[in-house]
Amino acid sequence: MANNDIYEVVIGLEVHVELATETKIFCGCPTTFGAAPNTQCCPVCMGMPGTLPVLNEKVVEYAARAGIATHCTLTTRGRQDRKNYFYPDLPKAYQISQSQLPIAEHGYLDIQVEGNTRRIGITRIHIEEDAGKLVHDGGEGTLIDYNRCGVPLIEIVSEPDLRSAEEVKAYLQKLRAMVMYLGVSSGKMNEGAFRCDVNLSIRKHGETAFGTRTEMKNLNSFAFIAKAIESETARQIKVIESGGQVTQETRRWDAAKGVSAAMRSKEDAHDYRYFPDPDLMPIIIDDEMQASLRASMPLLPDDYIDQYTKQYGIKPEVADALVSDKAVAEYFESVVKEVKDADMLANFMMTEVKRLMASGEEESAIGMSVHQLASLINLASSEKINLSIAKKVADKIWNTDILPKDYIDSEDLWPIVDRTVLEAFADQVLTQNPRILSDYLGGKTQAFGAYMGQMMRLTKGKADPGVSEQIFMDRIQK
Amino acid sequence: MQKSIRELHQALESGATTSTALTEKYLAAIEKQDDQIGAFLHVDAEGALKRAAELDERRKSGERLTPLAGIPMALKDNMCTLDMPTTCASRILEGYVSPYEADVVTRLKAQGAVILGKLNLDEFAMGGSTEHSYYKMTRNPADTSRVPGGSSGGSAAAVAAGEAVYTLGSDTGGSIRQPASFCGVAGLKPTYGRVSRRGLVAFASSLDQIGPIARSVEDLAYILPAISGYDPMDSTSANRPVDRTDVLLGKDVSKMRIALPTAFFGDGLQKEVKEAVLKAAKRYESLGAQVEEVDMPTLKHALPAYYLISSAEASSNLARFDGVQYGYRTESFDSLGDLYKKSRGEGFGREVKRRILLGTYALSSGYYDAYYQKALKVRTLIQSEFRRIFEGFDAVLSPVAPTTAYKFGAHSKNPVEMYLEDIYTVPVNIAGLPGLSVNCGVDSEGLPIGMQLIGRAFDEATLLSLGYAYEQSFMKGGASDGE
Repeated sequence: MANNDIYEVVIGLEVHVELATETKIFCGCPTTFGAAPNTQCCPVCMGMPGTLPVLNEKVVEYAARAGIATHCTLTTRGRQDRKNYFYPDLPKAYQISQSQLPIAEHGYLDIQVEGNTRRIGITRIHIEEDAGKLVHDGGEGTLIDYNRCGVPLIEIVSEPDLRSAEEVKAYLQKLRAMVMYLGVSSGKMNEGAFRCDVNLSIRKHGETAFGTRTEMKNLNSFAFIAKAIESETARQIKVIESGGQVTQETRRWDAAKGVSAAMRSKEDAHDYRYFPDPDLMPIIIDDEMQASLRASMPLLPDDYIDQYTKQYGIKPEVADALVSDKAVAEYFESVVKEVKDADMLANFMMTEVKRLMASGEEESAIGMSVHQLASLINLASSEKINLSIAKKVADKIWNTDILPKDYIDSEDLWPIVDRTVLEAFADQVLTQNPRILSDYLGGKTQAFGAYMGQMMRLTKGKADPGVSEQIFMDRIQK
Repeated sequence: MQKSIRELHQALESGATTSTALTEKYLAAIEKQDDQIGAFLHVDAEGALKRAAELDERRKSGERLTPLAGIPMALKDNMCTLDMPTTCASRILEGYVSPYEADVVTRLKAQGAVILGKLNLDEFAMGGSTEHSYYKMTRNPADTSRVPGGSSGGSAAAVAAGEAVYTLGSDTGGSIRQPASFCGVAGLKPTYGRVSRRGLVAFASSLDQIGPIARSVEDLAYILPAISGYDPMDSTSANRPVDRTDVLLGKDVSKMRIALPTAFFGDGLQKEVKEAVLKAAKRYESLGAQVEEVDMPTLKHALPAYYLISSAEASSNLARFDGVQYGYRTESFDSLGDLYKKSRGEGFGREVKRRILLGTYALSSGYYDAYYQKALKVRTLIQSEFRRIFEGFDAVLSPVAPTTAYKFGAHSKNPVEMYLEDIYTVPVNIAGLPGLSVNCGVDSEGLPIGMQLIGRAFDEATLLSLGYAYEQSFMKGGASDGE
């Protein structure tokens, strides 16, 4: 930890986002995820001799929308270049990408970290085609699935403006939410629709020059990314501290082992021999197209954060977390119309609902109807039940259609507010535990906690805390 | 005397002949002499006869068919076909059958063309003599001890030898015009974008263009409209109206202005070729055209720019032949790298490897600006020089090649000598313009000499009208010029 006071970590990200177009970038094949191998490809995306690419206009539109959302300048005349390298998942032995004239450049994304806003620069957003997938099959060697060949991607490159794993996570969550709100990507990380390469270097605080960076690939979950950053930061510090130098290299994150290993160094890095693809025409984004795109932008995470904080009085960091998942935000908006305490709803969603969602098998399935949650929150906000009961109820009715009220009825979980009933319990506690009163009167204030604990034990948590406290105080007076 | 497409069409329409009879005749010619000529890599006798019979049937039932219907033709073997292999005369594509067909093939089939087979070429269209075919040698029908030119050597030789009425070739730096010239037939490289490249196995994407080779300019004017037109699946295809045959041949040439670039008549040009082309210029004057010498100083940079651009693009286009998905794969390998190296090393011939190396070098980090980028700048200069010339002229007249057909092996020691053969043809591809090759005589050994007419983009009509007027001047006045 002490090293973090000396060293600063500098991170830039390259994020690949698969676009949710119906067809591939250069042919009419569908882009559906999970189809049987080699059932969604044609001579064009398989790079058969004599085939030619025809650019899917939607890809330009989606990339431009991502550019507008990140405050970038859009190109008026973009170009597509060939990136040449040999690999079996790349049937043409070149990837059509953009080198010199990307769709969008010079933008930024604002993120919230620990209550502060940080502005992260976006270097560029360019379009490119995805490669196929190699399937390593023990018996038959390596098989190739070309289905993913030609699935459109945008690569979003950030400036080296990120300084911690927390910032990286906030940036990625914001970016992922953004592409989902834009409707340009499913954002599904488990399907590879949102992937990230991390460029990382360290330097001493106060230094302005960058250290030598490494690039880590194959990071496909937020948890891996955080771990990989911690591990790589520690590794680089160790190298420097022991008098060595960090080598510029590409490293592959091994999630199973929790370590990264060098893939290739700068010396044997590819010379991709980029050159303009002569099969494709310039991409023209004229003023008219820009204006029409800008006029038809959907509301984005920042717009919702603004709305939630102003309209519902929700704290910015809670609003930020709420909007990071579009499905959750949409759910919130339906529920919030039916509840009296929006702040309680937001907090409950970001704790209990998120926890229950994470426990399920499907990542983002919400196991409670709008009406179920709204009535649960209204019971809690009107103090008919307390929050710990509300949590318990949420647990039990998750993935059922039981209404909170019915469950509370059937399990008899309503709090005991009747003073006479509670007095009987209080007397039982005090009679059975005479030391509580004597300790308390002797100055041990923690004896009050023991009293409340016994009250809750006896009433199975249903004793109303306010009334119970009042009874105790009354007993002391006597 | 071979009949023209117009005459064959009339004979088919009148019932004087049938497509079956014609197809049998051409198949017999192939059978009889192609052992000697070596134009064909693949002959599809069965398919051609079946197609001919179908067309005869349709004609008999009273259907009105297009001028190309029922007429036997053949394709350079770098155009994808479904029912025949497409090898590009390379070992690396031995036995390869494409899963789709080229746009030109679809268009020709719709026109009722009878496809006899696939024709020899320099491997992947790289070369000017067809000596770089993995499979066979093609001989020049005018003198079988000489090359037919290339890379569309099979396409030109087949027409010259009467083994097909017409053929398609592809032209990246002269590959239609030069073999047409060497074999004494007519060849047209259309404007870049005029004919879809879809299904043409790419050599250099920004330069490649498919075009026809036939016995006469008149025939070319029947073929061009049939293969031209916008293809939404080729992003570089031009969405422009396609002129009909009568328009293509019907322009009045008597007021036309023809430029003779002095740079194209200097050192290295065989004397008899120069004389024949200048004589053709005189003939145009006698037809009323104005001929004037012009200075085009940037043309001398076209050849190096061409070899950089074409090789750079080729190095990338041919990277897909890696032994993984289709085509030749080496017998044994011990790693992925080994698979690539051996498959490509064994599958490609020397000339193709030379171009891949040259292109890879030109695109490499640190050399890109000095070579590829500079070549692109030269390209822009050449384009504007042509634009300037065409402000005052309708066409540029020049030789097609510095020499007539040479002996086999003449340039095998020195590839640069072979590259110099392309000096008059490559500027046309660099500028994306149409270029026509027309026979304009023979040298003292009886070898054909070709002249080249270069026109404005999408103005094939001027070129074909000029070529047609030249041909017709011999018909009408008799071949009185002493030729």
